[in-house]
Amino acid sequence: MSRRVLFLLPLATLALMAGFFAWSLMAGRDPASIGSVMVGRPAPRLDLRALRNGDKPLSDALLRTGKPTIVNFFASWCTPCLAEHPLFMRLAQREGAVIVGIAWKNKPEDALGWLAKLGDPFLYAGLDFDGKTGLDWGLSGVPETYLIDGNGIVRFHFRGPITERDVTGVILPFLKGGKP
Amino acid sequence: MRRVVILLLIALLALPAWAVEPSEMLKDPALEGRAREIGQSLRCVVCQNQSIDDSAAEVARDMRRAVRDRLSAGDSDAQVFDFMVARYGDYVLLKPPFKLGTLVLWLGAPILLLVAASAIMLTALRRRATAPLPPLSDEERDRLRSLLGR
Repeated sequence: MSRRVLFLLPLATLALMAGFFAWSLMAGRDPASIGSVMVGRPAPRLDLRALRNGDKPLSDALLRTGKPTIVNFFASWCTPCLAEHPLFMRLAQREGAVIVGIAWKNKPEDALGWLAKLGDPFLYAGLDFDGKTGLDWGLSGVPETYLIDGNGIVRFHFRGPITERDVTGVILPFLKGGKP
Repeated sequence: MRRVVILLLIALLALPAWAVEPSEMLKDPALEGRAREIGQSLRCVVCQNQSIDDSAAEVARDMRRAVRDRLSAGDSDAQVFDFMVARYGDYVLLKPPFKLGTLVLWLGAPILLLVAASAIMLTALRRRATAPLPPLSDEERDRLRSLLGR
């Protein structure tokens, strides 16, 4: 290798780094994303008391009905939950989606009050007061949403609030096809 | 001076501020010790780069409690780590596992060091291999002297 070429080494290093940074910025790479190991696996255990008085407790059977099901963890103290709430209302009313809502670290009266005020999109509602079920589901906070297919396999895991784009791009096709 | 030394000594006594609350701790000091060791190598999932023992986040507290529950139930340390990895993936391990996806992470720096060291060694050897320069001729010495102004 001639010496001249060696002088280009710093420049080449710079170009390599600039390329990496540009890719990081443009490709929408999110270094804060922790991913999810749940996708492709059977849904974790579900064994919760019902949020609404008089409802039956929530069990695994709810997720193996043959129908695609949405599981949403929420809390009345969570602002992003407020932002995504109208989307769930629409999914429930217009699409007849089966949505399981789980109030996470929330007093039942607070969660019920929140639903009474904003509307209740949940066919089934459970209470995870101590966050143990959340931990089993690999939850990092609220809101988080899981799409479970008819055989009880997790197909999608959204961390953070769902958006209009998630609904049209992922959730609606999932509900129609049962598979992404 | 003495005051400064005393102040410094007191500063050395300060303990790191863990987020582990007294109410969370196990009664058995041996188990609690293991829980601390595990907690310091588990990464909080909402705070980029803090261990669950350092973090005051809700999820971190749940994870600390789960670690203690598992240990109290008789799990080994490895089983507790597996429990967390099954839920949050390798992300929760502050020390990433050695596997195909992490090869660059583990071997990148040592390989770079090896390459740099061998490059330096090679140049040094090559330099030594070149013969010493011949002494200056009288003509060159005169020219050097005139250049230096002597």
